[in-house]
Amino acid sequence: MRAVLLRLAGALPTLCGVVVVTFLLTRVLPGDTATYFAGPTASAESIAQIKASLGLDRPLPEQFWRYGVALVHGDLGMSLTTGQPVRAEIIARLPASAELTLCALILAIGIAVPLGVAAAVRQGSWIDHICRVVATAGVSLPVFFTGLLLVYVFYFRLGWMPAPLGRLDAFATPPHAVTGFFLIDALLARDLVTARAALAQIVLPATTLALFALAPIARITRASMLAVLGSEFIRTARASGLSGPTVVVTYALRNALLPVVTVLGMVFSFLLGANVLVEKVFAWPGIGSYAVEALIASDFAPVQGFVLTMAVLYVLLNLGIDLLNRAIDPRARRGA
Amino acid sequence: MMAPTTDVLRVEDLSVAFQTRGGLVRALDRVGFTVGAGQTMALVGESGSGKSVTAYAVMGLLETAGRVTGGRAFLGQTDLLATPPRTMARIRGRRIAMIFQNPRAALNPIRAVGKQIADVLLRHGGATRSNARDRAIEALRAVGIPDPARRAKAYPFELSGGMCQRVMIAIAVAARPDLLIADEPTTGLDVTTQAVVMDLIGAMARGSGMATILITHDLALAAERANRIAVMHAGHMVEEADTATLLARPRHPYTARLIAATPTAAGSLASLQSVPGGLPDLRQADRLHCRYAGRCERRQDACDAVLTMRPAAPGHAVACWNPL
Repeated sequence: MRAVLLRLAGALPTLCGVVVVTFLLTRVLPGDTATYFAGPTASAESIAQIKASLGLDRPLPEQFWRYGVALVHGDLGMSLTTGQPVRAEIIARLPASAELTLCALILAIGIAVPLGVAAAVRQGSWIDHICRVVATAGVSLPVFFTGLLLVYVFYFRLGWMPAPLGRLDAFATPPHAVTGFFLIDALLARDLVTARAALAQIVLPATTLALFALAPIARITRASMLAVLGSEFIRTARASGLSGPTVVVTYALRNALLPVVTVLGMVFSFLLGANVLVEKVFAWPGIGSYAVEALIASDFAPVQGFVLTMAVLYVLLNLGIDLLNRAIDPRARRGA
Repeated sequence: MMAPTTDVLRVEDLSVAFQTRGGLVRALDRVGFTVGAGQTMALVGESGSGKSVTAYAVMGLLETAGRVTGGRAFLGQTDLLATPPRTMARIRGRRIAMIFQNPRAALNPIRAVGKQIADVLLRHGGATRSNARDRAIEALRAVGIPDPARRAKAYPFELSGGMCQRVMIAIAVAARPDLLIADEPTTGLDVTTQAVVMDLIGAMARGSGMATILITHDLALAAERANRIAVMHAGHMVEEADTATLLARPRHPYTARLIAATPTAAGSLASLQSVPGGLPDLRQADRLHCRYAGRCERRQDACDAVLTMRPAAPGHAVACWNPL
């Protein structure tokens, strides 16, 4: 528990850095908010007026001070495009992104880890070749392309999947929000129809993201398993006559998972980035698509809010990975 | 003459080849020896002489590039080399066990040592889930680990090298095997720990009538601990005899050189002699003739004939056309 608090405290400077950098970046980036909102026909006066009302005419340090003070109070500012507070919108949209990313990650792990293990145990066999093909395809196909391809094949051609228009089709009502995850909420409400509908909607975008995440996980699992299988304690386990499954799962896989878990953190951050494109393709109402729209409109507050949210997520994720590592590896436990 | 004992392991004409990039390496050529119950047999030779390969071949643990190309290895009535892998897995750990050098690396780094012993007990030792823990603690106590209940929860990185080797021995003897193969069990341990570990192996063997194969490059250690010594050179067995005979009257020139190269407490460092030359290239076709001829001062024309082990005296065999 102490270790957790220490880690969180250690992340504070990072978060402060993120706040400063995003603030500066949004100010330095081309595009003038006031001009954008005043419209193409606006006069110089009205632009200046808008600037003054947004506080954009003040010197940068003062702008930053006001932003910082608001941040401490939990206020992320207002979005100029939607007119809504950024905090409320991010809270409303975050579960959509989280549900999608987690589904993709679980799917990817569920396929990639067994695939990597099988490829390492049967090195040079057909399953090893499949692993290699999947890994190569996964890294070489861009997500928006696989996304569009899946939509084309499974919605447009085969008609097996619903239209890629968000988390639920227009006629369904979302389940009562408990976790914000439609799949879980629908199941909690014992509403199997909605759960099925939500599942049908999430299959394609989650698969798209999973294909992207599959490659690094499968590769690192295979490499790590090969290294562990060649190590001396595996030889001991075999010399002790332990059964094949015990050797592979209890002895080899648990050791091999250490680097896999570390890579998972990286994969997760890739996924957060890839999310932005996938949400666009599938009209998924997550924070990725929200941030892209805001960025195009030079709408600072949502972009800053998005980056900060991502940074917080990333810190929490790394903490989770650290804890997982400690759970697996006794040597890490003793270190702190 | 020693009283006749029942053979625990009888290896006959064991040949092993490794497929490498540079061609087929004939790592072992017609190696044969026997180990009787309760006996300690030392396999001695320099690095690369095929001692460990012999052990791995018998255990069925050769790496994938290695292949047994001929021979038999009888453990009781079972020919281990003709036993399917699945059956071998049941024999390993139960009837024939092995310990290794570098004990810390030989133990699973993220599993408590008690659990690692329990794994073997559950597999072979007839332990149940409920008593496996207690029996693992008992096994730790048997190898002289103080406070075994607490140590059972320790991980290898929390134990000293000597402690790890004790754990390794506990794992190996957990199922009371007929034969223990100890592959350089004391290399990397400090001298006092070496003695303790060897004493422990000896005590375990005496307690259960277990046979031991001690693989070592250290002739002095073999002389101190083994009943019989088999000397290997470049994948050939060159001489086998009981320890006293071999040390007093070596017949093979290589054995004589090895003895001259072994330090004794009384001798000075200057009196040590190195064995001249290196191991021959084992990739040449067959190499059924003497592999020591290239470094041998007693070489003669007859040495080009195919080499076999021949009795030099009762219980003393040598593979040399011009023995001492």
